[in-house]
Amino acid sequence: MSPSPDAADEGSSHLREESGEIERVQAGIAQALLERHYSQASIFAIRLSIEEAIMNGFQHGNRADPNKRVEVRWFIDRTIARFHVIDEGEGFDPTVVPDPTLDENLEIPSGRGLMLIRAYMSEARYHGLGNHLEMSFRKPVSP
Amino acid sequence: MNPGTSRIRVTDLDGVMRVEFVDRDILDEAAIRQISSELVRRIDAASAPFMLISFRGVEHLSSAALGTLITVNSLAKKRGGQLRLSDIKPSILEVFVITKLNKLFHISDTAERALEGFGRT
Repeated sequence: MSPSPDAADEGSSHLREESGEIERVQAGIAQALLERHYSQASIFAIRLSIEEAIMNGFQHGNRADPNKRVEVRWFIDRTIARFHVIDEGEGFDPTVVPDPTLDENLEIPSGRGLMLIRAYMSEARYHGLGNHLEMSFRKPVSP
Repeated sequence: MNPGTSRIRVTDLDGVMRVEFVDRDILDEAAIRQISSELVRRIDAASAPFMLISFRGVEHLSSAALGTLITVNSLAKKRGGQLRLSDIKPSILEVFVITKLNKLFHISDTAERALEGFGRT
C-alpha cells in the first residue's frame, strides 16, 4: 500500500477461498480508501461489492473448485476506486440473471450479489465471456 | 476462524430463541455456513420455532447471509413458527431495502419491540 494519500494505490492479488487472503486484501483496500478520505458509507458500499464479486467468482465462476483462484486488481485515488475481479470459470450471461426483487423470487436464497454490486457501485460491467467484472465507485463530491 | 467456536449466542426468552452474532462482519462463507447450520438445527429441534435475530453490533453482511435468513425464515414458517429481525443499523437496513427483503421479513427497531406479541402467548 502507498503511504501517501495523494498518490494512487494500485495492486493485485490472486486469491484462494478460505485462506485469510480475502480479509487481508479487504483490510488493505479499506485502509487505502480511508487514507483518501472516502466516507464510511462509501467504504461500506465498496467493501460489500468486492465481497460479493469475489464470492460470485469462487462460487459461480470457479464452481467452488479449490484449485482455481480469483484475481482482484484495484486502483484507488482521491476521486475513484476501480476494481477488476476475474475468475477462472467459463463465464455467464449477466443479462439472464433473474430479478431477485420480484415477489415470486423473494424467497429464493441466492442471486442477490450482482444486484447489490449494481446498486452500490457507480458502474459495473462484465468483459469477455462474463468471468471478468470491472466495477468502479466515484467518490461523491463534498458539498 | 475456529470451527469449534459458535458464531452465535442464543438465549431463551419465554419460548422465543433470541439470537445474537459473535462477529461484527458476517461475510466469511465458512462462518455463514456454520451460522446457517446452527440456526437450522435449532429451528428443526423446536416444534413451533419462534426466533428473534438481533443484529446489534453487526457492521457488515453479505448476500450469502441474506440467503441464510431466507432459508431460516422459510423453515420457521413451515414448522408453524416465525422469524423476526431487530437492531439493524441503517447501512445494513439499506441492503434489505435494496433487495426488497424488508417486504419478506418482520423487522423491528429494537429487540424489545420485536418481542411484543411474539411467541406462543
